[in-house]
Amino acid sequence: MRDVAVVAFAQTAHTAEDQGLSEPELILPVIQEVREKAGTRDFGFTCSGSCDYLAGAPFSFVSALDALGAWPPISESHVEMDAAWALYEAWVRLQHGDVDTALVYGFGKSSQTDVRELMTLQLDPYYLEPLGLDQVSFAALQARAYLERTGRAESDLAEVAARSRRSGRDNPYALDLPEVSPEDGYAVAPLRPHDIAPDTDGAAAIVLAAGDRAREMCERPAWIRGIAHRTDAHYLGGRPLDRSESAAAAALAAGVGKAPVDVAELHAQFTHEELILREALDLGPDVLVNPSGGPLAANPIMATGLIRIGEAAARIHDGTAGRAVGHAAAGPCLQHNLVTVLEG
Amino acid sequence: MGNRCAVIGVGQTRYQTKRRDVSIAGLVREAALRALEDAGLTFADIDAVVIGKAPDLFEGVMMPEAYLADALGARGKPMMRVHTAGSVGGSTALVGASLIQGGVHDRVLVVAFEKQSESNATWALSTHLPFSASLVVGAGGYFAPHIREYIRRTGAPEHVGALVAVKDRKNALLNPYAHLKIPGISLEMVQSTPMLWEPIRYLETCPSSDGACAMVLSSEKAVTGTPAWVHGTAMRSEPIFRAGRDTVNPRGGQDCAADVYRQAGITDPRRELDAAEVYVPFSWYEPMWLENLGFCAEGEGWKLTESGVTALGGDMPWNPSGGVLSSNPIGASGLIRFAEAALQVRGRAGEHQVPGARRALGHAYGGGAQFFAMWIVGSDRP
Repeated sequence: MRDVAVVAFAQTAHTAEDQGLSEPELILPVIQEVREKAGTRDFGFTCSGSCDYLAGAPFSFVSALDALGAWPPISESHVEMDAAWALYEAWVRLQHGDVDTALVYGFGKSSQTDVRELMTLQLDPYYLEPLGLDQVSFAALQARAYLERTGRAESDLAEVAARSRRSGRDNPYALDLPEVSPEDGYAVAPLRPHDIAPDTDGAAAIVLAAGDRAREMCERPAWIRGIAHRTDAHYLGGRPLDRSESAAAAALAAGVGKAPVDVAELHAQFTHEELILREALDLGPDVLVNPSGGPLAANPIMATGLIRIGEAAARIHDGTAGRAVGHAAAGPCLQHNLVTVLEG
Repeated sequence: MGNRCAVIGVGQTRYQTKRRDVSIAGLVREAALRALEDAGLTFADIDAVVIGKAPDLFEGVMMPEAYLADALGARGKPMMRVHTAGSVGGSTALVGASLIQGGVHDRVLVVAFEKQSESNATWALSTHLPFSASLVVGAGGYFAPHIREYIRRTGAPEHVGALVAVKDRKNALLNPYAHLKIPGISLEMVQSTPMLWEPIRYLETCPSSDGACAMVLSSEKAVTGTPAWVHGTAMRSEPIFRAGRDTVNPRGGQDCAADVYRQAGITDPRRELDAAEVYVPFSWYEPMWLENLGFCAEGEGWKLTESGVTALGGDMPWNPSGGVLSSNPIGASGLIRFAEAALQVRGRAGEHQVPGARRALGHAYGGGAQFFAMWIVGSDRP
């Protein structure tokens, strides 16, 4: 495949509450920042990820074009998925060989909705959605299945939360969340409030470039050495819930295990998901996981997965990692997983 | 453009107002199985699935690709969900083709659908983002002023829109999948229907349809059966609120057409293409897009329509399938254009076949006439 690298990454200082910004206002600063970092305003291809349902209106991506100032008209596409899949589409487009740069961005304002209830609308509308299971409830089913299989304890989940929040407080872009309180009651057993990613507004952007163009734009490009995604059965009873087979398959296809991993940024919206993903990606105890705090410290839906790739790339850019993994997930209970391997 | 790509299978459902007999999953699976059958393949032969549809509010299922993974045989495979407004069907084909042109996969299943009977599209299009005003007009109300401006600029006589409606509905009588079939349709009949959004009359608009369309795309080495080769692909987008953009003859459409013609080595589309399936949801968009896509000079489009050039027996047939005016499962409508273009150059269009068609254009547009997706397919390997 053609050598393609992440050469620039920017994200908003994510917030827990609505800041009164429209979507174009939210994304404009990060678009400007990656343009400056990459040293160009124009890209061969542009792709974004967002979700209409967050705003409760069609075409949330349409007004984003006004923020880009897409004139003359640009070669552009959009996925109704986390923007990590927009990055995948852009990476594929760069494989054609006729364009050398791509702009990718994603944005989401959780403050405009109730994410927990909204995610129910993603379930099979005939057989699952009418049951009224919300996002935390179906995540709790997976958490219970995982804890029972592995014999791990709820205190292991709390440890993930405590570490993520600590890292998040050190990350200027993540939320400042308080220490985990073990006395907190259950949200839905066995999950407590600290096991659940916080509602967050935010956006992120990445520039991809191929070959020499990447070397011109970035001192230490984060080369994409593997990228793959796999989906799994939708029905929660149609797949083993105590693990993520699609994450393992994506990691295998992306070549995670070909060499040691220094850092992994995992799209875990619940504490148990981090543990399931560590196992699926076969990440040992020496791998630094979610040094940014991960989604448990900031979860701007539709940008969260892209931020994982950006955070992993940032560790390559600053020389603190030689080989990093960025992961994104979609669908209920880690149904769909994307894995990227980045190297300096 | 990367590696060669071909269409080796096409599948469509019958388009109708309400498909009560199938779920959304059943609808997309029906189209997918027909495309696989056409290619002589099964789900096991597919490397990846790309699905497209218009806004999720049309069915009330958020990001339905998660739910549809099982029905489309995607378990254990990559699956993507495209959404580029009305052009999404075309974009879905292009994202699928890109996976092959980029050398990532050998066989990709692309599917697009809409099950409009699950909701109300005009309502879904009329809600608005926070901090912005809604026009509460749906699509027809939005595009009618653009059409009036076209008529003002060109002095086109008022019966031209009705001529397009008659032509496309006559073509639909030859297409077994078409939704609206109106035997004996005439100019007088169209002109006697109520005015919805001046100058668009009832029979000059697209219907609301349930339906799905699917294609199997293949790399050169994985071709089975009769291929339609992809000769060019292009997308363009422009900002809806840009002051001074020409919504009647958008630059995005012109640039997209120029790009796809360049890739296919076409300098005169009117002479070098044999058929075109173009997104015409309101009758007047045929003359407007004839000009935008360079089939004639600006201001001349309505004359081609009026003189019968775009009829099935004319020298440049547009929408021999009956087009969006005859079948409109919104998210699928663009993919149907791309698929019908492929059927023409494969010689598989049945009664609405353009004799000897060797190169055809598939076109889709969306948003406020600001998103464009196009491809050119041909019977010859490029």
